[in-house]
Amino acid sequence: MSDDAVLTRKKKSRLVTAPVPAPSSLLFNGPDWNFETLSRIFDAVREIGEGELGLDTYRTQIEVITSEQMLDAYSSVGMPLFYKHWSFGKDFARNQMMYNKGYQGLAYEIVINSDPCICYIMEENSATMQTLVLAHAAMGHNHFFKNNYVFRQWTDASGIADYLSFAKAYIAKCEERYGLEAVERLIDAAHALQSHGVHRYPGKRSMDLATEERREKERRAHGEALFNDLWRTVPQAKDRKPATKKKIDEERRKAILKLPEENILYFLEKTAPRLQGWQREILRIIRLIAQYFYPQRQTKMMNEGCATWTHHRIMTRLHEKGQISDGSYLEFLHAHTSVVMQPEFDDRRYSGINPYALGFAMMQDIERISLTPTDEDRSWFPDIAGNGDAYGTLKNVWANFRDESIISQYLSPHLIRKMGLFHIVDDHAEDEMEVAAIHDERGYREVRRALARKYDVARSDPDIQVVDVDLAGDRRLELRHNVMEGVTLEEKDTDRVLQHLADLWGYEVRLVEADDETVYAEHKCEPIRPFA
Amino acid sequence: MNIIDRRRDPGGKSLANRQRFIRRARALVRRAVREASGKRSIKDIDKGGDIVVPADGVREPVLRRGSQGGKREYVLPGNKKYVRGDGIQRPDEEGGGSGASADGEGEDDFRFALSNEEFLDLFLEDLELPDLAKRQVMGVEETRPVCAGFRSSGPPSSLSVSRTMRNSLSRRTALGRPRPQDIAAMEAEIARLDGLDGQEDKATALRADLERKRTRMRVVPFIDPLDVRYRRYDQIPRPVARAVMFCLMDVSGSMDEHMKDLAKRFYSLLYLFLKRRYKRVDVVFIRHTHEAKEVDEETFFHARESGGTVVSTALEEMARIVQDRFPANQWNIYAAQASDGDNLPMDNLNTINLLKSVILPLCQYYAYLEVGHSRDDGGGEGSSLWRAYAPVVASDERMAMRKVSHRRDIYPVFRELFAKEGAGGTGAEAEA
Repeated sequence: MSDDAVLTRKKKSRLVTAPVPAPSSLLFNGPDWNFETLSRIFDAVREIGEGELGLDTYRTQIEVITSEQMLDAYSSVGMPLFYKHWSFGKDFARNQMMYNKGYQGLAYEIVINSDPCICYIMEENSATMQTLVLAHAAMGHNHFFKNNYVFRQWTDASGIADYLSFAKAYIAKCEERYGLEAVERLIDAAHALQSHGVHRYPGKRSMDLATEERREKERRAHGEALFNDLWRTVPQAKDRKPATKKKIDEERRKAILKLPEENILYFLEKTAPRLQGWQREILRIIRLIAQYFYPQRQTKMMNEGCATWTHHRIMTRLHEKGQISDGSYLEFLHAHTSVVMQPEFDDRRYSGINPYALGFAMMQDIERISLTPTDEDRSWFPDIAGNGDAYGTLKNVWANFRDESIISQYLSPHLIRKMGLFHIVDDHAEDEMEVAAIHDERGYREVRRALARKYDVARSDPDIQVVDVDLAGDRRLELRHNVMEGVTLEEKDTDRVLQHLADLWGYEVRLVEADDETVYAEHKCEPIRPFA
Repeated sequence: MNIIDRRRDPGGKSLANRQRFIRRARALVRRAVREASGKRSIKDIDKGGDIVVPADGVREPVLRRGSQGGKREYVLPGNKKYVRGDGIQRPDEEGGGSGASADGEGEDDFRFALSNEEFLDLFLEDLELPDLAKRQVMGVEETRPVCAGFRSSGPPSSLSVSRTMRNSLSRRTALGRPRPQDIAAMEAEIARLDGLDGQEDKATALRADLERKRTRMRVVPFIDPLDVRYRRYDQIPRPVARAVMFCLMDVSGSMDEHMKDLAKRFYSLLYLFLKRRYKRVDVVFIRHTHEAKEVDEETFFHARESGGTVVSTALEEMARIVQDRFPANQWNIYAAQASDGDNLPMDNLNTINLLKSVILPLCQYYAYLEVGHSRDDGGGEGSSLWRAYAPVVASDERMAMRKVSHRRDIYPVFRELFAKEGAGGTGAEAEA
């Protein structure tokens, strides 16, 4: 199949070099493009995206870059500006080598969750690929960034560029003032803890006075409505044993420090006794950047699914409207199919579930359910089956779900069968792994639940919390890893990270790995070169 | 929507990060560089290329779950034959389904490519040419374009717009070409007069004037070929420091592959080092048995020859080549001689005289490297050539000699010869 597509594309490019007058409705002819073509393409793509699909996007800024600049962008996590650190140089060195040797191609585009939404597109792309890229990034991702609740809750698209430029300047200033080495060491330590520098739940906002008053009134009204004098006569429970002084102290201490706390970087920034102001600020910068990327990790599959479905629909519509030629459409299909290819588990190429493949398949499946449902779909998805509004349904899904929730809500038996998904449990206490569920009537729900768990970021990151510290005593920081399913932390890495943590904290650090019944391991670390 | 063309933006955004990375991994990279350099041919040794450093040194640890133990779950696509309850043999401990490390960062080595420049910087850190060798001999080698005024013909790329426009302006002023805004003003005036009564005469006069001016405008062009000027460049010759390096080697039967390999390594280093200091470095290979011949690199290192050993022939050959092709007043001359120390005893005196009276005065630096096997070490007296050279070395600082019996000694010896003053670069320290 793919070979055919390549052949056709080649034939086509030979054809178009002949001076055939293009029918006027074609957006472009042949692989070449210029800025005028690009803006014509964008207008046509937007007409379908916003007009027909009703997408709602940020303004778009298209930036044309070279492959070299794409490599640069890779190593600063795609952001236009970023602070300097050797680890990005390491990524760059690796990517550059992989690319130069041909082990790895480059992405066609990079899109940034900002307002205006910045799309980097490569100059090497053919006109067809640029159309695809604009439909994918400038429409699909852009709509997702603007509308998905996780992004709306956690990121500020209009402020990120300014914040990064502040961060870069601030860190550069610190380097000048306190020395490269000191800053580098601090960033090393912060990077090691970056995965545990995010808030997973929005904190409680303190209420304004008017709301407080209103709630107080409501509460009183409720109390009056329920008042019954009989309650007075009910015998009281015996007084519980008064808490010991030690217990009270501990509770008070934890309350003051707001413990337990799972955002370790936040805790250090606010509480570490020996850090200086600039060091706290750098911890904050790194924690906020981690927070900015947190939604992307939670919605990777959906985000790509949304963008892939959107580009597929837009390209198909362009072809139907006669705005791109048959040859271009085949070129697009070739690229599209290789992106959404899902090797099976016993294939040599298999390296996990391809988010593009699963995402695209789910979006198509939701569309199918809402337009032409089977009886099975009607019983599984009574809320959307046959509602006839595929676009509306999809947009609702894109706005209100993330990877874990969309799978547990909308992964249909049809798709489970189509992909042949099955669930394996590997308990190291047993001799062999067990097939726990497959794509049959008994297994659909189990497979779906298991897959959803895989996509739950809060589950895949180990749950580590700061549980106690005695600031008045020896100041030892106590952490706890709530072990799930008996899977403990990687030992070498953990000790290295704890060393960083101890240096940041300035005193001894202890990490206990345990679940409700067993204590699995205990790591202790003394600071060697504390920051101060 | 905005389209911005970033392709012209200055590249190398990641350069600073890359340098930081290399600085961080410096010790590791340096060791890797020195290992890599052993495997290359003389002229390829400065080509940069792949470097492998142990991943441990540049590790970025994170808190993550280990890959062993506990109860794990996988959901995989593409089921063909399994049904619920089937048991599957656990695959080899690593690569357990989707459990393989996702970011591709295993315990393996970290591999990346160094540029030529970076490679050499690390390779030749803290080395300097000996002080006495700082004779700057310049040869005229290349030319450089320098701005030298203007001329009236040339390629379009060197068109000087400002100069052309200046000529055009003065010509237009001199020939009284009316300005477009004057004509526009006159037209407006005529239109105004046409609207008034009793001004026909004035209007007619103005019209005639306007017609004249229009003609003038047509006759006197805005830019005349006469105005056009091009920038003119003169090619100014630029002196370039250049050096020639003579590799002398004894290829008689007593020199085995191991010794040649040691010599080759030493030559490689010297070549590289000179390459860093001079724009152009020529290499001359002279091999000798009882007679000397100039050869190419391949023959130099690989062809075999049998015969006695007469060192003075090589020196004579070198002197002859210098005479013919590398006049000492235009070239910096370096020579490196490798030998196992054998020489026809009666030739020693001749050799020393040649060296003292002809060769050393020509040279910036003359290094003698005695190669041998480790088992020969500490063999008391030293070879006949070594004994013969000893007094020369003592009296002339342009000459140095060392013994090498193992590969790992080459670099330290080289460093010892060229270490920067005060950098304290003995070989052992450099390896640390």
